[in-house]
Amino acid sequence: MSATLKPYLNAIKHTLTAAICVQNFNSQVVERHNKPEVEVKSSKELLLTPVVISRNEKEKVLIEGSVNSLRISIGIKQADDIEKILCHKFTRFMMQRAENFVILRRKPVEGYDISFLVTNVHTEEMFKHKLVDFIIHFMEEIDKEISEMKIALNSRARLSAEEFLKRF
Amino acid sequence: MKEVLFFEDIQHAKKSTTTCVSPRNFSIYFSVSGKNKTMTEKHSFGVTAVSCHAWNSSRSEIALSQNDSIVRIYKKSGNKFDETASLTEHGQQVTGIEWACKSNRIVTCGADRNAYVWEVVDGKWKPSLVILRINRAATTVRWSPLENKFAVGSSARVISVCYFDEENNWWVSKHIKKPIRSTITCLDWHPNNYLLAAGSSDFKARVFSAYVKEVEGKPAATPWGTKMPFQALMAEFSNGGGGWVHSVSFSPSGDKLAWVGHDSSVSVADAANGNKLSVVKGNFLPFIGITWVTENSMVAAGYDCCPKLFTQDNGGNVTFISDLDIPKEKEEGTISAMNRFKNLDKKASAKETSTDVRTLHQNTITQVTIHTGTKADCTKFSTSGVDGQVIIWDFKSLEKSISGLRIA
Repeated sequence: MSATLKPYLNAIKHTLTAAICVQNFNSQVVERHNKPEVEVKSSKELLLTPVVISRNEKEKVLIEGSVNSLRISIGIKQADDIEKILCHKFTRFMMQRAENFVILRRKPVEGYDISFLVTNVHTEEMFKHKLVDFIIHFMEEIDKEISEMKIALNSRARLSAEEFLKRF
Repeated sequence: MKEVLFFEDIQHAKKSTTTCVSPRNFSIYFSVSGKNKTMTEKHSFGVTAVSCHAWNSSRSEIALSQNDSIVRIYKKSGNKFDETASLTEHGQQVTGIEWACKSNRIVTCGADRNAYVWEVVDGKWKPSLVILRINRAATTVRWSPLENKFAVGSSARVISVCYFDEENNWWVSKHIKKPIRSTITCLDWHPNNYLLAAGSSDFKARVFSAYVKEVEGKPAATPWGTKMPFQALMAEFSNGGGGWVHSVSFSPSGDKLAWVGHDSSVSVADAANGNKLSVVKGNFLPFIGITWVTENSMVAAGYDCCPKLFTQDNGGNVTFISDLDIPKEKEEGTISAMNRFKNLDKKASAKETSTDVRTLHQNTITQVTIHTGTKADCTKFSTSGVDGQVIIWDFKSLEKSISGLRIA
């Protein structure tokens, strides 16, 4: 793990620990409804100021909090076109299966690659600190995963190019 | 600006971890660990969260809601609790329960906009309807000290003060509306049975008059004010920070009001002293519940999973005294070379970093209530948590086990 990644993840971890303090909250606008306030944005006083933590221009995290839910949006490192394609495919694959990841949102927030939505139901069913750990772990793994895929893709491309050029 | 703030946070975290493993604190942890078993009673009610709980007068029965529409009543037999009844009248999640000790009645309110008063008739709990006249979820309910009234807070930005109407044989309500701008999250009655404190998600704590002339005589003057017509706003407080108010509590004399908010603060206003405000903020996560345990001390608990003791000194300043759940330090075992390098690679630290919570409650504490004694001389208090546990804390053994702890 590089020297700048750890403080970056640490800052995210502490912000998430504070932001994940959510509670059950019934809608004060619509009768008999109970919706994540960070999504419906029905009352201004129930939302917290969004926070952006960025490591560099591309790698950043947006954390939006509210009284009963929070939304975490992650911008993933994409250095070149291959990484861009890989990242797109990878996040698309996961978001199509969002229900299996419980807290994954089906669409990312604009400007980010992947979003999570944590509500009070999740914090009641799962341990708060484990949820935070999951998101941090996810961020550690996704970079690794993408660079591994990139290496595999490059070597495969080199092999097939060699085979092809042998004919001339 | 914001990033600087987070790096400060990291610094805090670093500091706290180093103090945890310092040799001086080790001895404290060990001395606590020996007595940990006698200190508290731990009762688990399954894996689902206990959203609210209430005790009967003899503390042999507990009514609680596990995040659903049913109120379950458990009776203590020996060391454990057995379910004796379940009250199924609510259509949506139950949000508040309170047991009236003298008259042995339970009042419950729920997200289905209803409240019910339960009484034992022929050995069975029978509900009677309350006309709340609200069109959003009820969030919290509190009996008045004389148990002739109760107040229900709601997301409809009103407080319904309810009293029994003999003629129609049901509970009717009067509304307190102004100047509430958002959901009422918590309520507490003044010991004189007339004043009502309310906390709300518009960042304010307020004191209202809930004098209902239909059922009671004229109130005497208090430091909060002399004239108390129904719905009069006696005081309105903001601690300057903002943050939804999660819990309010009148002191045993009724002269002071304490409240906790989402800005991790504990605030106390003193009416006998010109509404002087004292706020304490610390390196904690927000609190959800607070209650006075003596005329000068309070216990607050919440997202930190650990009850904390606060005391107000004679000058009026509130200070944080101590955690009441000091976890014992785990011994550091040997670590295999492979794990060592795995951890170095994954977490950038060679140590085994466990992710278990070290406090007794494994998740957020949802409520703090007095168990034995009164607000003026509490000897035991109970907390319920999202981890499905209800824990009863005994002050005597806490004072013994935590060195230097004095409850003023």
